[in-house]
Amino acid sequence: MASLKFHITFPENKIKEPVIYQIGQKYQVVTNIRKADVTEKTGWMDLELTGDPKEIERAVAGLKKFGVKVDPIERNIIE
Amino acid sequence: MAKLKGLKCRECKKEYPAEPLHVCEFCFGPLEVNYNYDEIREAISRDTISQGPKSLWRYAALLPIEGPPTVGLHGGLTPMVKADRLARALGLDSLYLKNDTVNHPTLSFKDRVVAVALTRAKELGFDTVACASTGNLANSVSAHAAQAGLKCYVFIPSDLEAAKILGNLIYKPTVVAVEGNYDDVNRLCSEIASEYSWAFVNINIRPYYAEGSKTLAYETAEQLGWRSPDHVVVPIASGSLLTKIWKGLKEFEQLGFIPPVKTRVSGAQAEGCSPVAEAFKAKRDFIKPVKPRTIAKSLAIGNPADGYYALKTVKETGGSVETATDPEIVEGITLLAETEGIFAETAGGVTIAVLKKLAAQGKIRKGDVTVAYITGHGLKTQEAVMQAVGEPVRIQPNLTSFEQTIQNTKRREA
Repeated sequence: MASLKFHITFPENKIKEPVIYQIGQKYQVVTNIRKADVTEKTGWMDLELTGDPKEIERAVAGLKKFGVKVDPIERNIIE
Repeated sequence: MAKLKGLKCRECKKEYPAEPLHVCEFCFGPLEVNYNYDEIREAISRDTISQGPKSLWRYAALLPIEGPPTVGLHGGLTPMVKADRLARALGLDSLYLKNDTVNHPTLSFKDRVVAVALTRAKELGFDTVACASTGNLANSVSAHAAQAGLKCYVFIPSDLEAAKILGNLIYKPTVVAVEGNYDDVNRLCSEIASEYSWAFVNINIRPYYAEGSKTLAYETAEQLGWRSPDHVVVPIASGSLLTKIWKGLKEFEQLGFIPPVKTRVSGAQAEGCSPVAEAFKAKRDFIKPVKPRTIAKSLAIGNPADGYYALKTVKETGGSVETATDPEIVEGITLLAETEGIFAETAGGVTIAVLKKLAAQGKIRKGDVTVAYITGHGLKTQEAVMQAVGEPVRIQPNLTSFEQTIQNTKRREA
């Protein structure tokens, strides 16, 4: 079991979609929203995913496929 | 009680021990160092600072280390240049440049943060340090690790130009080129930092590392004769530098070393990567990630870790955030070189171009004591100005040819 923290950003056209619910349904991961700010135009979320590392990888790929931006909780690390 | 109380969440204020931690387990907010200022007040004064080492370590009492400094002993205390010729060109009366192009040993402000990070990493018992970087940070971590005898890993995207990594390889770190884009490298490094017992300077050591930037503010105040400037212009990449400069000035005020701080803090970003400037202009209080497209690679952070805090600082101090296009960046570099004899990397070009705009807009007033931060040397980004510097004048090997050329040159200048 692993537990990884992510900062995800929603573009305007994805705000209405139940992305986190769908990820939880489709992959064997526990989704845990720790902080979020979502408005009608945009939004972000600090999210914890717990599960098998490979399944977390698949869930992250799934999130990206939905069109949301997925960064580690540290955001950009390359300086 | 020791001066280093531990770490504290910037958001929910939950306290943690002074260990290699960086994210609050409760709210996922960033951790920062929690000091005992009463203890610090006893240990430091203007006099002790003035008599201290001629390096950033003269401010050791305000830095997150418990013992004596052991890494990067010659970093910091860089020149504060009174830039009269540049000031005249911009219509300002009192302009200073904090010249970190000559920082030791790798010619950028990163030598400050890395000196602090690696000293702390050694205190915490690490024998391996790491970073993810495309330039200045990798340079500095590699050089300092070599001097400190630490094992060093540098992570880069595999498509990075070879020239960019040569400056690191000379110090013999292990350079790991990751097959993937910048997002992939970011995610991998985050996972490695949680799996390996390494001091990843800008991940698990970040609370300590970031504090090194405060020394730029301390030096600014001391070199100006124990006062804070009216306005500062700071380049924004992760946003950490700007927030820590503000924190440093406020700490000096709190300790009674300088009068109350009324400094306006302004930020400079490249137009091709300006998430903080966009939020500032849109009056948003959060950062929307962007895809960088700029020659100012050292500022190309599309989703900055401290962008929110940088934005908050700018707003609270009455500053501004402006941007510079690529041609304006090159113009900024050449203007700085031609007026002050300082060759800055592209981030310096961004700062000068934004300084120029803020002065023209009246956001920096003519009489303001203003400090602009020049954070890296131009030899690191020579390709950016290659087309802008012109060609040598060619002559035949005789005096007549030389004199003719001189006359022609004088006519052109007249």
